[in-house]
Amino acid sequence: MSPEELEQIAEAERERQAKFKHRIKVCMAAGCVSCQSEGVKAALDKEVAARQAAAGGGECDCEVKCVGCMGLCAGGPLVAVGDSALYQHVTPEDAPALVESVGGAPVSRLVCPTDVPFFQKQKKVVLENCGNIDPERIEDYIAAGGYTSLMQALGDMTPLQVISEITRSGLRGRGGAGYPTGLKWSTVSKAPGEKKYVVCNADEGDPGAFMDRSVLESDPHRVLEGMLIAAFAVGANEGYIYVRAEYPLAIKRLRIAIKQAERLGLLGNNICGSRMSFHLDLRLGAGAFVCGEETALLASIEGRRGIPRPRPPYPAMEGLFGQPTLINNVETFASIAPIIRHGGEWYAQIGTEKSKGTKVFALAGSVNNTGLVEVAMGTTLREMVYEIGGGMAEGRQFKAVQTGGPSGGCLPAQFLDMPVDYENLARAGSIMGSGGMIVMDDTACMVDVARFFMDFCMGESCGKCVPCRVGTYHMHGLLKKITQRRGSTADITQLEELSDLLKNTSLCGLGQSAPNPVLSTLRYFAEEYKAHVEEHRCPAGVCNSENGDDAANEPPNPDAPVAIDLGSGKGGDQ
Amino acid sequence: MIRASTIKTLKIDDRDFSARHDETILDVARQNGIFIPKICDLKGLSPVGACRLCLVEVKGSNRLLPACSTLVEEGMEVTTTTERLQRYRRNILELLFTERNHVCSVCVSNGHCELQTLAQKLDITHVHFRYRYPNLDVDASHDRFSVDHNRCILCSRCVRVCDEIEGAHTWDFMGRGIESLVITDLAEPWGTSETCTGCGKCVHVCPTGALFEKGKSVAEMLKRREFLPYLTQMREEHS
Ligand SMILES: Cc1cc2nc3c(=O)[nH]c(=O)nc-3n(C[C@H](O)[C@H](O)[C@H](O)COP(=O)(O)O)c2cc1C
Ligand code: SF4
Ligand code: SF4
Ligand code: FES
Repeated sequence: MSPEELEQIAEAERERQAKFKHRIKVCMAAGCVSCQSEGVKAALDKEVAARQAAAGGGECDCEVKCVGCMGLCAGGPLVAVGDSALYQHVTPEDAPALVESVGGAPVSRLVCPTDVPFFQKQKKVVLENCGNIDPERIEDYIAAGGYTSLMQALGDMTPLQVISEITRSGLRGRGGAGYPTGLKWSTVSKAPGEKKYVVCNADEGDPGAFMDRSVLESDPHRVLEGMLIAAFAVGANEGYIYVRAEYPLAIKRLRIAIKQAERLGLLGNNICGSRMSFHLDLRLGAGAFVCGEETALLASIEGRRGIPRPRPPYPAMEGLFGQPTLINNVETFASIAPIIRHGGEWYAQIGTEKSKGTKVFALAGSVNNTGLVEVAMGTTLREMVYEIGGGMAEGRQFKAVQTGGPSGGCLPAQFLDMPVDYENLARAGSIMGSGGMIVMDDTACMVDVARFFMDFCMGESCGKCVPCRVGTYHMHGLLKKITQRRGSTADITQLEELSDLLKNTSLCGLGQSAPNPVLSTLRYFAEEYKAHVEEHRCPAGVCNSENGDDAANEPPNPDAPVAIDLGSGKGGDQ
Repeated sequence: MIRASTIKTLKIDDRDFSARHDETILDVARQNGIFIPKICDLKGLSPVGACRLCLVEVKGSNRLLPACSTLVEEGMEVTTTTERLQRYRRNILELLFTERNHVCSVCVSNGHCELQTLAQKLDITHVHFRYRYPNLDVDASHDRFSVDHNRCILCSRCVRVCDEIEGAHTWDFMGRGIESLVITDLAEPWGTSETCTGCGKCVHVCPTGALFEKGKSVAEMLKRREFLPYLTQMREEHS
């Protein structure tokens, strides 16, 4: 494959597409598939074919095309007719009307307005192809400019130039911690070692997060291209995508994408006639949140139990099978091709001083528009909630926004005008995380929210280290007790004590950040905790008797300090 | 031959030391009589950094580092004991006591238990977190050994010795988080295990009374662990 051959493929595909005067695009990402978009597609196909036959056969001028996520998942199934009309909640019965509307007046009862902030305020870099190209056809990706960045890197750049372009872009890891991507690449490229690996973290375990899934289902080649460029930059010749088994559609599309890329010589030996070889394989995660942690993920790929190990050594020095390994998140890899194509400077113009580029958020909770949105870093929470989110659902009162999932925190109204970036979120006591954003209204009890996330962390703790294994259990117990309105001020003191312990002594990020939801709610919603423990009352009315009462199962006076029976023996060696 | 470049100099609690580059902070401390609590670590087994009792402060690191699995570095400055570290260590030990059922006076390991020793050393007399009182099994199906999950602290020494030294890999974990349990084979009774060679290494490395030999009185239940470093060293020299 040479740049010319790539261009030929792109040209042929554009010609193929030009043959159709009209195009109907049906979303085939998991959100819409789960509300029967496959049936809609079939009905549209049938309708188009029927009209074709009625018109006496011949060349069909309307293409019904499968595409990836269009973002407004709550409106699914979504169908786009031509370039302008977007329809929501489409059923198979609507097919005749939609086909009828091609090239004519839109079907007003189904129209989903696109001149609203939800669409207008977005800035698409990672999601630029989502909803436009067919994720199962490499030609479509190539026609949209795909794999030209790889060609550019292989043909015109040195690995060092690629790394400095990424460094210049200011891109930071989208998997949670926001580590500078250029710096990580540079470390791996400098690490001594004959064999190196590139690994894509597609374990996406935060509850409610689905940006990585959407990218994989809608534009899998973009991730492959990012990994290939990374492999070229760091000198790796083998790679893995670790994707959770709960994403069957993403897995299927990745498999197809890998096959297609191999067939075109974009993966395999001597890629595009260069000296570079790169082999890519999938590994399926069995659904443990902790397997998203990089060292646990690598252990899992090696066929061992997915539990974290202490760092250093970092994977960049000693990773998969003991070799230097670059591990990045799906969205990080998906940002690479555009950066190479338009240059690091271009990317660095988007965003804030220390957080560059765009970020995809999964907007959820009590807002009118929920779904996937990609915005420039530095967009304020107010814009997210009131413009993109279309305001609070049912006109309710805003109370808090939770970012970063179980490792993040809850921010109250005073932060609405804060530009969202890594630094600001951290300063406020939350994190960017992978981009979950849950908006809560006045019917949410913040103690209960904290209990919910602690329940998650307790259940997902791998159990290796003591503070996290036992600490999350106790913290959950204390929060449960408070939500059962049996708590006391002493319980809050103990929550604070355990938070400090877990944060500072846990082995991995799960235990270290598990206290965040508790700490941030204690900080901003102290009066709610107070109402629970002093007046045994839940201001939001969430914690009622239905929460159960475990008091009956408890020993008498359970909170008194217990003297331990240490026996009489003098202990053994230490 | 040790090359000069592999010697590192460092400070522990303001005292100067030199060490081989492949030694851990804990190694150096131990050789020089500096006490750092530890319970998952055992010389001769790979370090895992699981119990977090050995955390120390290292200048320039914003996180506390486990002494058992942090290699020495040139110019490192380590502090092993501060008020904060002591508090964390006591908290962690308390958490271990609440997790299962540890009643030393009726335990086979009374007097030879590392958990007991540490609690005594750190002067822990009361636990201020709630006890969990789990209802766990004792598996006495093996001819010579038993496992009492009520005393297990999930340190993984048995798992490691069985895998790394004996090569049988009979032991492993089941479940996760607070539900974790050590198991033999696929959670089958120890007595029916086809992989267990009956060597008893796991029993001797277990820091508590979770693994014990049947028919031995408390006074006899002494555990011997000195064999491990020798075994590992011999193997390295012969490979
Ligand atoms: C408990 C835990 C879960 C994690 N889950 C994920 C995940 O699902 N996806 C991900 O990309 N990173 C996850 N991470 C972060 C990874 O460890 C790692 O930092 C990341 O994959 C690096 O990629 P990046 O530099 O592109 O962000 C998790 C970290 C922790 C501590
Ligand atoms: S912090 Fe939790 S998840 Fe991480 S190693 Fe410790 S027990 Fe496992
Ligand atoms: S049985 Fe003993 S050695 Fe094994 S994990 Fe439990 S306490 Fe550790
Ligand atoms: S001895 Fe270091 S963590 Fe257990």
